[in-house]
Amino acid sequence: MNSTSTHFVPPRRVGIYEPVHQFGMWGESFKSNIGNGNMNTPSHIIIPANNQKLDNNLSEETSHGTAGTPHMFDQEASTSRNPDKIQRRLAQNREAARKSRLRKKAYVQQLETSRLKLIQLEQELDRARQQGFYVGNGIETNSLGFSETMNPGIAAFEMEYGHWVEEQNRQICELRTVLHGHINDVELCLLVETAMKHYFELFKMKSTAAKADVFFVMSGMWKTSAERFFLWIGGFRPSDLLKVLLPHFDILTDQQILDVCNLRQSCQQAEDALSQGMEKLQHTLADCVAGGQLGGGSYIPQVNSAIDRLEALVSFVNQADHLRHETLQQMYRILTTRQAARGLLALGEYFQRLRALSSSWATRHREPT
Amino acid sequence: MDKVVRMSSEKGVVIFSKSSCCLSYAVQVLFQDLGVHPTIHEIDKDPECRDIEKALMRLGCSTPVPAIFVGGKLIGSTNEVMSLHLSGSLVPLVKPFQANLC
Repeated sequence: MNSTSTHFVPPRRVGIYEPVHQFGMWGESFKSNIGNGNMNTPSHIIIPANNQKLDNNLSEETSHGTAGTPHMFDQEASTSRNPDKIQRRLAQNREAARKSRLRKKAYVQQLETSRLKLIQLEQELDRARQQGFYVGNGIETNSLGFSETMNPGIAAFEMEYGHWVEEQNRQICELRTVLHGHINDVELCLLVETAMKHYFELFKMKSTAAKADVFFVMSGMWKTSAERFFLWIGGFRPSDLLKVLLPHFDILTDQQILDVCNLRQSCQQAEDALSQGMEKLQHTLADCVAGGQLGGGSYIPQVNSAIDRLEALVSFVNQADHLRHETLQQMYRILTTRQAARGLLALGEYFQRLRALSSSWATRHREPT
Repeated sequence: MDKVVRMSSEKGVVIFSKSSCCLSYAVQVLFQDLGVHPTIHEIDKDPECRDIEKALMRLGCSTPVPAIFVGGKLIGSTNEVMSLHLSGSLVPLVKPFQANLC
């Protein structure tokens, strides 16, 4: 035990102190201490000597708390063997420690930046929620998202529509309950009228929204994806409504059958007329936009006439909603109260199913195959 | 306005429209679907367009175009025509003016 080791060991002699597995820990703290540029080992690090003889001296020295001496002594002992190698290794350690610290610093900075960004996003989200934007939660129960234009009229509409759907669902539930139970005609009539008025409310809302941004209403972005598949001038086709409802009426009088047939036909004719009007509008708008020289680079003269054309879109949306309104009104006139109630329940459930379909479709895409 | 009264009293279905008005065109299509050939007056092509517009509004039209007259009587605009049609009342109204389809 009198011989010093022939290969470099850290001045701290593991064998005397703790088991080997602690070496790494100590090595680390040693490195970091060294890396601090503090070549004078702090007093709490006690470096054992290799030499037995010297050990005695060392323990005497350390018991007096003079740690500097053992360190210097130990260095003397090891540098006498491999001075360059030791120095190199020490330098490497210092460098590694420095790099490690830099990496850690960069990482922490990144975390801080991300954290700030997250807080900012959360604040924006809160603000938007307060302003009435309906913020999607990722699953498409309702395809409302941020309105492109951040138009206050549209923001208000989106919020109102969210409430409208909630109320609609409540009414559908109520209709279902009363139709399965017993309810007198007067009360049922009231429920039916409420349900009708609820639809008419929606048309009013849409009219206001169309003035704010007709393209938004036309696009049907405020509806779910499956509903949008059936879109006709910013809403459902009135003739579709009849198609959905009619199978649910088993017993109709002859007069009712005649009336319903006539309604179907006139509804279809009105729809066709409006559709053709829309086509003409598209053609005239396209002509207007393409008017003059294309490729010349200046569009200013045509913009105004194009904008005039676009104003007509608002009228079309209003007319389409008017058609929906009238179709509902006529059905109400033709049917008995109970039939109307059943019809409204069927219609409401139809749209509910479309919305549910949209959700399922959206979720289906997210599932792993 | 005399001119308007004269024009609107023409036999059959008379539609005051503008060449740029696509809603008027839609109403036109509807009548044609019912077998009627309406008389179309494109007032934007008339030098007295402004006066005609004012006269139509005074007669009770919410918008100057389209303004629909049947047998000299003002029916209204698109809204009124659509409501009438869905309630089944339009066809009887225009029946005397339906073109012979034989």
